[in-house]
Amino acid sequence: MATRRGDTLCFSHPPILASWAAVGGKKEGEGPLAAAFDALYPDNRMGQSGWEAAEVQLFVRAARLCMKKAKITEKQVSLVLAGDLQAQCTASSYALRELGLPFAGVFGACSTMAETLGLGACLCSAGLADGLLALTGSHFCAAERQFRTPLSYGAVRTPTAQWTATAAGACLLRPAGEGVGIHAVTFGRVQDYGVKDINNMGAAMAPAAAATLLRYFADTGTAPEDFDAIYTGDLGQVGSGLFRELMTAEGVVMKNHQDCGCLLYDTEQQTVKSGGSGPGCSAAVLCGYILPRLERGRARRVLFLATGALMSQTTFLQKESIPAIAHLVELRSPGC
Amino acid sequence: MKLSAQEYARRIKRAGPPSLLGRDCLWAFGVGGGICLLGEVLRQWYLKNGLDPELAGTLTSCTLIALSAVLTTLGLYQKLAAKAGAGSLVPITGFANAVVSAAIEFKAEGRVPGTGAKMFTIAGPVIVYGTLAAVVYGGIYWLLTAL
Repeated sequence: MATRRGDTLCFSHPPILASWAAVGGKKEGEGPLAAAFDALYPDNRMGQSGWEAAEVQLFVRAARLCMKKAKITEKQVSLVLAGDLQAQCTASSYALRELGLPFAGVFGACSTMAETLGLGACLCSAGLADGLLALTGSHFCAAERQFRTPLSYGAVRTPTAQWTATAAGACLLRPAGEGVGIHAVTFGRVQDYGVKDINNMGAAMAPAAAATLLRYFADTGTAPEDFDAIYTGDLGQVGSGLFRELMTAEGVVMKNHQDCGCLLYDTEQQTVKSGGSGPGCSAAVLCGYILPRLERGRARRVLFLATGALMSQTTFLQKESIPAIAHLVELRSPGC
Repeated sequence: MKLSAQEYARRIKRAGPPSLLGRDCLWAFGVGGGICLLGEVLRQWYLKNGLDPELAGTLTSCTLIALSAVLTTLGLYQKLAAKAGAGSLVPITGFANAVVSAAIEFKAEGRVPGTGAKMFTIAGPVIVYGTLAAVVYGGIYWLLTAL
């Protein structure tokens, strides 16, 4: 069962991640984490008629690969928690139409992976689910045409802009057993520091990451040096710098901080400007890089802190500022 | 948190890497100027072939629009625009790119609600305010010439 300390839920018998899978697109296959993916598509159409259908394909492939790696069939999955960026979370819904599994949709924008993991851990810990899939992803082209301009429209990207990842990640949670353990979860509170620039999401999300992390440290009596690494979701280079500044102002120096948006791409070579973003970014980095490191014992205790910007195209056009959220999951290597 | 929203806003300004103004301006000047030069070459060619100046001008615009539409369809115009910025946005080729890119993009939603309705999502405001500006300018011009 879990005990509550402030906003943090601590699991005395940690639910475990039995398997995981990361699937990516063309640009992700050209990045530094190419070898970390379980499957890569050389063409972002993925044999589909539209970009939205291609995103669905990413989700289905990630879910099936995850189940295959855990050596389980679809009948052994009790629930899927999934979410995405498409309006009304249709990538998840259409993927689950194909998979035919019990499904609850979750929206947390780019924080969805940590949110579904956190909720899944609670359900598993309470004995309400065994074999729970946490699933999310994003597709650059589907996101771009929904939030910005047509793909073939000629425009210059600002240096603070981020690149929505074409990727998906899936994790299979079980109440107990051998695997990477989820020891604590902190669900974030919405933060808004008045940032209105849709091309600087890292700046909008950095305060949310700092607020959740500070709350977790206060709730658990821990400090950055208690962890091998602290991974933020997708703040990018600009947001990461601001996040560290915010933490320094609180008297917390972040020496072991890394950002999924900076890990997924080579920001110097891949014209992604500030770095990666989208739910698929932190999901793919978690499943392709962070979890394998924990499994092999190359890291023993880490924090995964996925951030999400919660505006819509409508609120942006109505000149509203961008509210953001960050959810935190504490992960430990097997037997740790 | 200890940092105020005002202080955070100041830090955001410092944190964001600035656009490379000099390089961006050179690209915009080079590409924008290049498109205009191409237009002038085309116009002269049409004139040399015996067309009157008005028709030569119209055909020059049409040729540039067609060229931009083809380059957009081939996925090349946006690659140029990613570096050229206003240099490829301001000439008539940029307007053509805005229409054609939306037409291609929303084909998936059907010919009428997709291509037909969304074709002018970017170019529409240019037409609306361009026409409005022309009416205002025309009104002033009429008043001045009538007096």
